Amino acid sequence: MTLDLLRFTTAGSVDDGKSTLIGRLLYDSKQVFEDQLEHVAQASERRGGEGTLDLALLTDGLRAEREQGITIDVAYRYFATAKRRFIIADCPGHRQYTRNMVTGASTADVSVVLIDARQGVVEQSKRHAFISALLGIPEMVIAVNKMDLVDYSQDRFDEIVREFSGFVEHLAGVEHITYIPMSALNGDNVVDRSELMPWYAGPVLLDHLEQVEVAYDHPDAKAARFPVQWVVRPANGSSDYRGYAGQLASGALRRGDEITVLPSGARTRIAAIDTYDGELEEAMAPMSLTLRLEDDVDVSRGDLICHHDRSPVVDRELLADICWMTDEPLRSGGRYLLKHTSRSAAAIVQGIDDVVDVHTLQRSDPPAELALNDIGRVRLRTSTPLVFDPYTSNRRTGSFILIDEATNSTVGAGMIA
Amino acid sequence: MSVAARPQLSHLRALESEAIHVMREVAAELERPVLLFSGGKDSIVLLRLAEKAFRPAPFPFPLMHVDTGHNFPEVIEFRDRRVAELGERLIVASVQDSIDSGRVLEETGPRASRNRLQTVTLLDAIAEHGFDAAFGGARRDEERARAKERILSFRDDFGQWDPKSQRPELWNLYNGRIRKGEHVRVFPLSNWTELDVWEYIDQEQLEVPSIYFSHERPVFQRDGMLYAWREGTELIDGEEVFQETVRYRTVGDMSCTGGVRSHALTLEEVVLEISATRITERGETRADDRVSEAAMEDRKKAGYF
Repeated sequence: MTLDLLRFTTAGSVDDGKSTLIGRLLYDSKQVFEDQLEHVAQASERRGGEGTLDLALLTDGLRAEREQGITIDVAYRYFATAKRRFIIADCPGHRQYTRNMVTGASTADVSVVLIDARQGVVEQSKRHAFISALLGIPEMVIAVNKMDLVDYSQDRFDEIVREFSGFVEHLAGVEHITYIPMSALNGDNVVDRSELMPWYAGPVLLDHLEQVEVAYDHPDAKAARFPVQWVVRPANGSSDYRGYAGQLASGALRRGDEITVLPSGARTRIAAIDTYDGELEEAMAPMSLTLRLEDDVDVSRGDLICHHDRSPVVDRELLADICWMTDEPLRSGGRYLLKHTSRSAAAIVQGIDDVVDVHTLQRSDPPAELALNDIGRVRLRTSTPLVFDPYTSNRRTGSFILIDEATNSTVGAGMIA
Repeated sequence: MSVAARPQLSHLRALESEAIHVMREVAAELERPVLLFSGGKDSIVLLRLAEKAFRPAPFPFPLMHVDTGHNFPEVIEFRDRRVAELGERLIVASVQDSIDSGRVLEETGPRASRNRLQTVTLLDAIAEHGFDAAFGGARRDEERARAKERILSFRDDFGQWDPKSQRPELWNLYNGRIRKGEHVRVFPLSNWTELDVWEYIDQEQLEVPSIYFSHERPVFQRDGMLYAWREGTELIDGEEVFQETVRYRTVGDMSCTGGVRSHALTLEEVVLEISATRITERGETRADDRVSEAAMEDRKKAGYF
């Protein structure tokens, strides 16, 4: 766990002011460098912005984005305050929106959902909230933006809060929601408190992001999961060193612990926990380390080491929610390469049980296929057993991607039920 | 809750662990990786991460430097010493060789640079050795085209990057599948900032080339940058050579990397200076990014680092 590094995701469409919001966060927290600012000033002027700074231009990345005034792909941005470092996954909302939102949400601790105060709750805001919940983000911030265009009206804000609360209460997995009225364009309640909304007593966005409690599991509270990535074995025969390297996905391991290697089920004890900086008595997630084992058991890449009394599921049949990310639909009988922890397997789609309507959160009757941007419950069978947990209890051992072997594209993101 | 009750990793340890995970994944899933080592601060960090990922065994890949022939001598000296210390294998791909064999045409005039030519040398070397993955030290905070780059970034058989059709990258599951002739660029430091890199160098007490610290040298001013003068440098009318106390924030070609006025003599002083700076490292020191609004994007599409 790392509490001084916060990863959050934003999503929004072209017009709801997402780029302006991020630009405002960076600018007002004094994270914009002089050469970047000069660049934005020049670009604003070229676009006829007479002496104003278009902060949205701070987040422009690619030529096509500048030309078309759109955002094409997820971008990652970095800033720091005295209290925390931040990584923003900045997700465009207009095209391939599910794919982008899911990608950004997969590594985030907090999700910032933008709502245009004039428009109120629209499909995109619901979709983002649903995806945040599905991807296991317990902390949500609802940024009600463009308050300047509704006369900073408390009534309008309250109305949006009521409407959104009615939607969110049907979402499983969201633990805290913070609603903040703001105007990113004018800088109200982003970094500095607005004087135009005295009725709002809650935190401004940056303060909230600095203070929000990241979902934290004490290393002992969570079962240890150690997917083996790599066997460290000096080739020159002079050494009998044999270590199993990987990143501890969750929980803690100690020297002497009794462990099981899955899927084989072989049991032994941890002889040593090695790192380049020396041996450790204990290690916790998300450390990368190398284990030596007491007995000469068969362990290779793709195996998972855990405590023998807290085992995950070992199975070739999976039930999972899948976000579909490519034009060619997912259908029953389809074959894909499935990548889960450090193990890959061939997978066949056995059936599609439902597809989710993000407006109503209703799950449909079994559909014929999942199309681009659809999310639905899918049954899969794999060529070799997988060692997994439900996604809701472990984001690392409960997630997988599907790869189309004809194109090598990543076509689906899966969360095991 | 007290701090003691909430054991956690520092953000540097978390970034380190993420980077080690990436390196091991690529070593396990691709057949012929290579690590690009320039002697610069970012690739110095990569080498330490490789030690942490693979020791006590040797690295499961060689190191490679694309040498323009216009590198700072202090950096080349450092490069060779560091490689010898590690006992690893270094391949030097030389831009001079590409020029001599007619693969590229040397630019002429006072503004001549071998910066663009490197791309050809790099892609030729990748093809010649059959590399299918190349680790680089690029970071997403460096430049706006890089903010969109994946940790595993796919290159087609022309070495090109297509920013509009990148593979989605979810959780810590990386898709490194390629066909013959294609390769992936791998950026384990994607989520690091310049300050993280210096703090890590300080934490690990890593040696860096002397030009990263304040020193006096002959320079001349061009386009607002202080370039190192050496025997043979062509000056443009009105440019004068003078002594200045500088250090380098980035290590590139002498012909296109500017120094910054600085008195930072130690790692701690460099960290302090970087914490307080108001200009990005590429904006302050790299002429190659000043060519146009999308200079880096264009070079990356063509296969640049």
